[in-house]
Amino acid sequence: MPNMSLKKNPMPSQEPNVRNSNFEEVALGYTPEQAIDEAQRCLNCKTKPCISGCPVKIRIPEFIAEVAKGNFDAAYDILSQSTCLPAVCGRVCPQENQCEGKCVRGIKGEPVAIGRLERFVADYHNKNCNNLPEKPKSCGHKVAVIGSGPAGLACAGELAKRGYAVTVFEALHLAGGVLVYGIPEFRLPKSIVRKEIEGLKALGVEIVTNTVIGRTFSIDELINEQGFESVFIGSGAGLPKFMGIPGENLKGVFSANEFLTRINLMKAYRDGVDTPITDAKNVVVVGGGNVAMDAARCAKRLGANVHIVYRRSMDELPARHEEVEHAIEEGIIFKTLCNPVEILGYNNPDDRRDPKNFSVCDIKCVEMELGEPDASGRRRPIVKENSDFLIDADCVIMALGTSPNPLIKSTTDGLETQTWGGIITDEGGLTSREGIYAGGDAVTGAATVILAMGAGKNAAEAIDRYISSKNA
Amino acid sequence: MYTIVKKEILNPTVVRMVIDAPAVAKKAQPGQFIILRTDEEGERIPLTVADYDREKGTVSIIFQIVGATTEKLSHLNEGDAVCDFVGPLGRATHTEGLKKVAVVGGGVGCAIALPVAKKLHELGCEVHSVIGFRTRDLVILEKEFDENSTLVKKMSDDGTFGEKGLVTDALRALIESGEKYDEVITIGPLIMMKFVCALTKEHSIKTIASMNPIMIDGTGMCGCCRLTVGGKTLFACVDGPEFDGHLIDFDEAIARSSQYREFEEKKREETCNLFKKEVQ
Repeated sequence: MPNMSLKKNPMPSQEPNVRNSNFEEVALGYTPEQAIDEAQRCLNCKTKPCISGCPVKIRIPEFIAEVAKGNFDAAYDILSQSTCLPAVCGRVCPQENQCEGKCVRGIKGEPVAIGRLERFVADYHNKNCNNLPEKPKSCGHKVAVIGSGPAGLACAGELAKRGYAVTVFEALHLAGGVLVYGIPEFRLPKSIVRKEIEGLKALGVEIVTNTVIGRTFSIDELINEQGFESVFIGSGAGLPKFMGIPGENLKGVFSANEFLTRINLMKAYRDGVDTPITDAKNVVVVGGGNVAMDAARCAKRLGANVHIVYRRSMDELPARHEEVEHAIEEGIIFKTLCNPVEILGYNNPDDRRDPKNFSVCDIKCVEMELGEPDASGRRRPIVKENSDFLIDADCVIMALGTSPNPLIKSTTDGLETQTWGGIITDEGGLTSREGIYAGGDAVTGAATVILAMGAGKNAAEAIDRYISSKNA
Repeated sequence: MYTIVKKEILNPTVVRMVIDAPAVAKKAQPGQFIILRTDEEGERIPLTVADYDREKGTVSIIFQIVGATTEKLSHLNEGDAVCDFVGPLGRATHTEGLKKVAVVGGGVGCAIALPVAKKLHELGCEVHSVIGFRTRDLVILEKEFDENSTLVKKMSDDGTFGEKGLVTDALRALIESGEKYDEVITIGPLIMMKFVCALTKEHSIKTIASMNPIMIDGTGMCGCCRLTVGGKTLFACVDGPEFDGHLIDFDEAIARSSQYREFEEKKREETCNLFKKEVQ
């Protein structure tokens, strides 16, 4: 008999007023008892709508049925057939728009907490099972993967399972891409990313850090000189966008990428680390996505008073619901229907050498109202006349999205891209160049971890077909 | 890990290191830079490529000890290693087709100016080098500039090396004596480059300035190194590091470069104290 409670088992979490001053993980995870109780809420319905909502088509009801029976290892086996990063996805997927958004339990009450169960199963496995996967038998073919973010890791994992010798090239000194430089420790502990990467290494994946493709090596060199039969580009959408308003280059204005990289990759919040980070008192984050929430919550943890400025209303915030809830609980103030028009800088007229000169002191915003829906289907924000006002700020963080890095396009002849820079591919991820595939944010523009993983996995299958048919 | 195969003290605050990094050495060009991290707790800092040896697979860097990282780096010795060394990054200096160029270097910037002068010299370009230092004790690479230039103007603030005066004084004299340059390439402190560019603008001589802003990733991801060039925001790491000097907003660049000055000074002092303790 299923558990007919209308509500999810709540996630045990650190108290908001405690966690907003530390970088430890916020959500603590289900106990086995809570997981079993939650799993029993699944009706195991015939139509399985949840699977259709999952970009990597995890056999959700099957793994949940094993959890309900307490067979956590069996549940992990089912998960790992579809995803190589379950501990990551259980934490960062926007489940409300995917699997959980389709769950029939959500029609009357809350959906089954699929994400929390996925996380539980992966964490249980990581905690209790130390035997790494065995290296599959080699098929004798070499594939290069560019970028060690979710798309690259998923592609590498899938190919390695099929016996390919995979080398992943990473520009930074640490593998993981956005999982290590972008998503904060309190949402995705880096030990989890490390563990997932160790699993890939056990499968035989080689990871080469400090290598910028397009600079250290070109794609053509990988193919012609280093003997890779196919290349997967998962270089992400790295370039931060700015608004183009006056004052954006003042001291104290950061892209969210910079702010988060200093904190997450470089650990600037820790004592004894050489990378500096702002000690701002009043931080304004511009934007309403997950990256904006991450930046705001990091700034809060560094001791600042934090505002999020977003031009639409709370209902349109593109961030995951849970991140918005957490941000509110942690004391972050939302100024919605509000848009910056200028960042004002300090200027001491009596002392040209005053070190505060050219630093942010205020941000000027205008109020917005929502008009008719635009091409994206969201209501277009319109400026209210004469509504400008100032917010006191000594730091402004721009979290407006990113665009693809042009480095690979500019160094790879014949690689076609969209006008906005995204690499053009077919459904299987094949680019305009034979043997070269791409996926993730480098193709779609900024999206989610799971979509990138799905694209990486999909391209791996296409690469396998390509190399198999070539050698048939 | 990337091993230091040679270390040389050029002056009390400037050190040359030759680093084993074959992949970088194979591709490096004058004008490009690398990013290194000394150790796991270290920050990522950009340093311009001073020289490279494709056969030996080594890259030379020359740095001035200014902050915690360069302080730490200066305490490493031959046989030690830095944990990360990535490159070559940025665009190479455009050297083709130039017939006559003035290369203007100031202080440790001369280390970056030299490979450019050398490359131009090899290509048969007439190179006039103008190099300036505060005082004789800080002079680096004098011999190398002599070997790679048609003419070298040596300047110092106190007159202990070459003539007393600024590099702009020497450049102005050259221009006013009728020397016609296809291009001026300037590398040094921001304030020096600002005045070199102001001078050449008066004379309508195309000028390239090599910028060295604060960076983290060096691949265009963080936007930390952005600067305003001709009214547009560009990233030094991918669009540069060299830009049309007449279009750069130097005042903004100067302000931005001071963003972490207090932190850097404090951190360097801490680092120095640590090393002093070790010695005691």
